Amino acid sequence: MLDILQSIVPTVLFFSAPLIFTALGGVFSERSGVINIGLEGLMVIGAFVGIVFNLTFADVFGDFTPWASLIAATIAGAIFSIIHAIAAVSFRADQTVSGVAINMLALGVGVYLTKVWYDKGQTDMVTEPFLSTNIPVLSKIPIIGPIFFEGIYVTSYIAILFAFIAWFVLYKTAFGLRLRAVGEHPMAADTNGINVYKMRYIAVIISGALGGLGGSVFALTIVSNFSHATIVGQGFMALAAVIFGKWHPLGAMGAALFFGLAQSLSIVSSGIPLLEDIPQIFLLIAPYVLTILALAGFIGRAEAPRANGIPYVKGSR
Amino acid sequence: MTSNNRLFGILVPVISVILGLIVGAIIMIASDVNPIEAYTALWNGAFYDAFTIGETIRRITPLILTGLAVAFAFRTGLFNIGAEGQVIVGWLAAVWVGLTVDAPMIIHLPLAVLAGALAGGLWGFIPGLLKAKLGVHEVIVTIMLNYIALYVSNEIVRNVLTDHGTSTEQIAASASLGSEWLQNLTLYSRMHYGILIALFAAIIMWFIIQRTTVGYELKAVGFNQHASKYAGMNVSKNIILSMVIAGAFAGLAGAMEGLGTYGSVSVISGFTNLGFDGIAVALLGANNPFGVVLAAILFGVLKEGAGEMPSAGVPTELVDIIMALIIFFVASSYIIRWVLLRFKKEGK
Repeated sequence: MLDILQSIVPTVLFFSAPLIFTALGGVFSERSGVINIGLEGLMVIGAFVGIVFNLTFADVFGDFTPWASLIAATIAGAIFSIIHAIAAVSFRADQTVSGVAINMLALGVGVYLTKVWYDKGQTDMVTEPFLSTNIPVLSKIPIIGPIFFEGIYVTSYIAILFAFIAWFVLYKTAFGLRLRAVGEHPMAADTNGINVYKMRYIAVIISGALGGLGGSVFALTIVSNFSHATIVGQGFMALAAVIFGKWHPLGAMGAALFFGLAQSLSIVSSGIPLLEDIPQIFLLIAPYVLTILALAGFIGRAEAPRANGIPYVKGSR
Repeated sequence: MTSNNRLFGILVPVISVILGLIVGAIIMIASDVNPIEAYTALWNGAFYDAFTIGETIRRITPLILTGLAVAFAFRTGLFNIGAEGQVIVGWLAAVWVGLTVDAPMIIHLPLAVLAGALAGGLWGFIPGLLKAKLGVHEVIVTIMLNYIALYVSNEIVRNVLTDHGTSTEQIAASASLGSEWLQNLTLYSRMHYGILIALFAAIIMWFIIQRTTVGYELKAVGFNQHASKYAGMNVSKNIILSMVIAGAFAGLAGAMEGLGTYGSVSVISGFTNLGFDGIAVALLGANNPFGVVLAAILFGVLKEGAGEMPSAGVPTELVDIIMALIIFFVASSYIIRWVLLRFKKEGK
C-alpha cells in the first residue's frame, strides 16, 4: 500500500501542477465575467516562451534559468492575453470566438517562430529543466515524508500555494469582491463606482499570466522542448477543472488534482491491483466524462458566474 | 438601414480578410521574407496545375461541411465547438461500414455516408439533449466530447478494427467516393465526389433554414427562446434537432475524409482541426450556407497553398496566424462597423 502511494502521489502532483496554475487563471477570468476558452493558447505561449528563454539564456542564468524562464513565460502570457481582453472587453467580440482565435493564433505564432528561429518543427531539449528533488527535513518524516516530499517537483507545491493565495485574494480582499461583483452583476458594480472594464482587463491579464505560467511549468517539467504537439488539450482540461471546481479556486485545484490522478493512473495503473483490470481507455476519458456529469448536475449543480460571457455595455439595461 | 446592414454584412468579412493578409505580410517583412514572393508561392500551391487544383478542392470539401455544422447550430443560437469530435466519429463510422459491410456500390456507398452522418448526429444529440433538458452550456460539453471521441476512436481502431495496428485496411471499392475519372482529370490528385455532397449539403441547409417550417422555428429559437415558447414552439425539441443536424453535417465531413481522401481510419495523436477550422469558416461566411461555401473555398485555398510557402522561406503556420487574425477581426466586427460609420459621417 505504502509503495503504491509513493508511486502515485508524486505523479499526481507532477501532472496536476500545470493544470492548477492554468485553472486558477481561468477562475479569475470567468469570475470577472469573461469566458476564457483561450487558456489552451495561453499555455502554448507560456510553453513556447519558457522553452525558448531557457535555451537562450541557460548560460547567463545558470541554475536560476528554469525560474527565470517561468517568470518570462508568465509575463509573455499576460501580454498575450491583452489581445483577448481588448477583443472581449473593449470590442465586445463574442468571447468564445475570440478565445478560439487566441488558441489558433498562439499555436500559429509559436510554431512559426520555432521554424523561423530553429529551422525545424521543434526546439532542442532544454539543458536546464526542473528536476525532481527531495525536500530537506520534510522528506525525513516517516511515512508522510517518502510519499509527499521525495522525488517531488517544487513547482507542484507552489501551485497548491497559489491556489490558497487565489482563494484569499478572491474571497478575503476588496479587490476580489469587486472582481466577483463585476462577473455577477456588472451594472450594479458600475453603479457602485467600480470600473467594470478595468476589473475585467485585470482579471483577463491575471488569467494570461497564470496560463503562461502553467504552460511553462508543463513544458519545463514534463516535455522539455516545444513543438506543435507540446500542449494538446491541457488548456481545455484546465477549463474543465474550472467548471468541475465550480469556479472556486480551491475547487479548481481539487479538480486539477483529480484530473492529475486520472492521468497518472493511466500511466502507473499496471502496477496496482484492481486498477490493472480497468481498460486504459476509461481512465483516459474519465476527466471529460466527469466534467459532463458535473455540469449535468449529477455531482452537485455547477452554477456559472451570472454575467459570464456577456460583454458589458455602459448604460445598457 | 437594412441595406446598410447588408452592406456591412459583406464589408466586414472582406475587410477582415484584407486586414488578415496585410498583417500576415507585415509578419513576413519582420522575418525578412518578401511577402509578394510568399503569396505568389501560396497561389501556386493552390492553383498551379490540375493536380494542385484537385487537391485544393479535396481540401475544401470537408471544410464546407464543418462550416455548415457550426453555422447551422449558430442559427439556433448554439455554439457547436464539437464539430471536431463529430468529424472523428463520422469518419470512424463511415469507414467501419466501408470495411465490414459487403454490398453493391449503390447500397454500400450511401450506407457508409449515412453511417457517418448518423454517428455525427448522435455526437450532436448528447450536447443538444443536455442543453435542452438541463440547461448545460453546449460549449463545454462539446469540448469534452471532442476528447472522448478522439480517445474512443483511437481505442476502436487499435483494438476492434485492427489487431493493435495504427491504421485500418483500405475500405471496399464499393464504398469509395474516389473516381478514376476525376483522378485522370487532375493528374492523380486525391479529389473525390465528396465535393458534390458538400455543395448539396449547403443547398439543403439553405432549404431547411429558408423554406421550411422547421427552419423557421429553429431560427426563431435562436432569436428569442422565450418568444418562441410563448408562440407555442417546442424549444427543447428545436435545440436538440439543431444540434443533431449540425452534428450530421460534421459527421459527413468525417465520412468524406474516410471514404474519399484516405479510404481508411488511423490512430490520431491530435485533432484533425477540421472542426476548429469550421468555426472560422462559419464565422467568415456569416452563418449563411453560401457564405460558408465561399469562406471554405478561401480557407481551403489558404491551407492548401500554404504547402508551397516553405519554398519562399515561410513556414506553413503563417496561414494559421492569418486565419486566426481573420476570425479575430470578424469577431471584433463592432469596431470595424464603428470605424466605417465614422468614415461615413465624415464623408457627409
